[in-house]
Amino acid sequence: MKSLAELEAIRKATLSRINVRTDEKGDTTRVVIGMATCGIAAGARPVMLSFMDEIQKRQLAHVTVSQTGCVGMCRLEPMVDVILPGKEKVTYVHVKPEMVPRIVAEHIVNGRPVEEYTIGAAENA
Amino acid sequence: MDIYRAHVLVCGGTGCSSSGSATLIERFEQKIAENGLEKEVKVIRTGCFGLCEAGPVVIVYPDGTFYSRVKPENVDEIVTEHLLKGRKVEHLVYTDHATKEQNAEKALEDINFYKHQMRIALRNCGVIDPENIDEYLAMDGYRALEKALTSMTREEVIDEVLKSGLRGRGGAGFPTGKKWQFAYNSVSDQKFVACNADEGDPGAFMDRSILEGDPHAVIEAMAIAGYAIGASIGYIYVRAEYPIAVKRLQVAIGQAEEYGLLGDNILGTGFNFHLYIRLGAGAFVCGEETALMHSIEGKRGEPTTRPPFPAVKGLFEKPTMLNNVETYANIAQIILKGADWYSSIGTEKSKGTKVFALGGKINNTGLVEVPMGTTLRTVIYEVGGGCPNGKKFKAVQTGGPSGGCLPESLLDTPVDYDNLIAAGSMMGSGGMIVMDEDNCMVDIARFYLEFIVDESCGKCTPCRVGTKRMLEILNRIVEGKGEEGDIEKLEELATTIKSTALCGLGQTAPNPVLSTLRFFRDEYEAHIKEKRCPAHHCQKLLQYVITDKCRGCTACARVCPAGAITGEVKQQHVIDPKKCLKCGACMEKCRFGAIIKI
Repeated sequence: MKSLAELEAIRKATLSRINVRTDEKGDTTRVVIGMATCGIAAGARPVMLSFMDEIQKRQLAHVTVSQTGCVGMCRLEPMVDVILPGKEKVTYVHVKPEMVPRIVAEHIVNGRPVEEYTIGAAENA
Repeated sequence: MDIYRAHVLVCGGTGCSSSGSATLIERFEQKIAENGLEKEVKVIRTGCFGLCEAGPVVIVYPDGTFYSRVKPENVDEIVTEHLLKGRKVEHLVYTDHATKEQNAEKALEDINFYKHQMRIALRNCGVIDPENIDEYLAMDGYRALEKALTSMTREEVIDEVLKSGLRGRGGAGFPTGKKWQFAYNSVSDQKFVACNADEGDPGAFMDRSILEGDPHAVIEAMAIAGYAIGASIGYIYVRAEYPIAVKRLQVAIGQAEEYGLLGDNILGTGFNFHLYIRLGAGAFVCGEETALMHSIEGKRGEPTTRPPFPAVKGLFEKPTMLNNVETYANIAQIILKGADWYSSIGTEKSKGTKVFALGGKINNTGLVEVPMGTTLRTVIYEVGGGCPNGKKFKAVQTGGPSGGCLPESLLDTPVDYDNLIAAGSMMGSGGMIVMDEDNCMVDIARFYLEFIVDESCGKCTPCRVGTKRMLEILNRIVEGKGEEGDIEKLEELATTIKSTALCGLGQTAPNPVLSTLRFFRDEYEAHIKEKRCPAHHCQKLLQYVITDKCRGCTACARVCPAGAITGEVKQQHVIDPKKCLKCGACMEKCRFGAIIKI
């Protein structure tokens, strides 16, 4: 038998798992990863897997991870767009799996983009 | 429980299962594994999406791409293009019949078929995995049961249902709250809650889809009902012909028991509720409440007179509260969101939404849920997409064998219990069968009456003998042997049966005849007086003729199994009516539209 608290925990965990199907309400954070040939060759797949890992560990509801094609800046791949509801898109470049926990913690959870990983920082350097 | 970036939802309802969705699921799983995506993409078997006509249906989230009529060989393409490379497979995306628009960029809710719908009873169908209680929990499942058990008194629960204005969805439209109150008021050492899932109307599959797509919604509502009226045992009476529904109910009951949401001391509140499944053997009359209860008791499924009503003396002579599947599917939402929310939907006397099974001559065959008060025209043309092949709409049959046929002039009737009865039909359980200009209304009436004659239990004379006599008259009429006075005889029999039959089945049996007589009397008269079927449907009353459009290609003569067609090459051919079997093979074969029925 499950207690009320246990049922609530199941609800929360399952919602973070199936919210991918209910993304119609505009309150969802989207993580979009460039997964064309260039992105995959530059190592986008492990990056995506670590995003999924991190979201699961923190049981974040309302975050979806999806893929997109090549935007033309293949030299900057793997590229990841993070779009918080109602906020401008932030593009991260040359993303490696070890950078993912910081992006999730600082940007997705706390709403502060990680400036040094963004495309702006890379282009100015 | 893992997180996946994409979910592939494959419909596992009866419609899509019969068009091969099980093979699709296997193939998806295999292809996803082959491409190394098994950690990223999950395949889920859901309940019915409603758009059965476009089945098997597959939806890929998070983008919500809606693929229709997917064949096993298309799976490889969806996996390698969409799931691996993120490119939609455009040619498989659902196309709207009416607008010819693809939904590629649109959300599911924006397709015409779903736009006018409002899903309360079907809210989880096609969204969650019905065999996974966690997904039901995540959609606020069992929250209503928690709320009722921990913060509401039994009277408050009944009051909420009463105030919501919910009426029985099985067809009669009796206020559900009142039924609960009667059962609550009965004093007994044991009471029962029962669910009528013996859906028997031809063409109706609302209850089936709810049980297949969201079984926990019914289980939760029955437990709430048990708490409210003071019952510790519940029975679901479901047809054995619904194997998927039965299996998912069994799985769901097992999971609910494991989580302590069914059984003894539910959620530690001291409330006990046990739920059992009873299988019906497919008798139509067992959908009648007294017959259903006799069948659960293991007796012959025959109706008995009321009173005593089940709320006083039902199953095993104890007070019993019996509701339909769809009625139960609304309960949890009413408890959670409140009676005020629910009663704000619908018309003055019919609150909430109603699920309809659209069938017959309509483009979007399937399951729809619309607010009460939506017009028939909206349901048939906007949601249903109108009649296929540009044929002209003739009538819509609502309410199954107990209902009636409504003509085009009544299409602007807002659909609710009272309006449909005023129009000469009834709500019934929610079958909606559309007929076009090729349907003969006399033959439709004959079809429903034949069904009733087959399904009559034989206990009372008006139903056993009366309907049989009516069928004999109708059979004569469609064979061209109708006589003057037949219509009057039908009317007399119908009135007598209506007022003297024992149960609802018999009392409503003449309705299809009466309603077609009311709106399509001219068709009956044409059959009887002119020996002519205006719809060119009744075989004995029509002739196939070759017109001067004939080019003499000889295709018809070669396909005719009776050798009834003669003629020289490049000359107009002729059909010998004496030899013609009226099979229609020649008409199908003719490329010039030269063969017509008169």
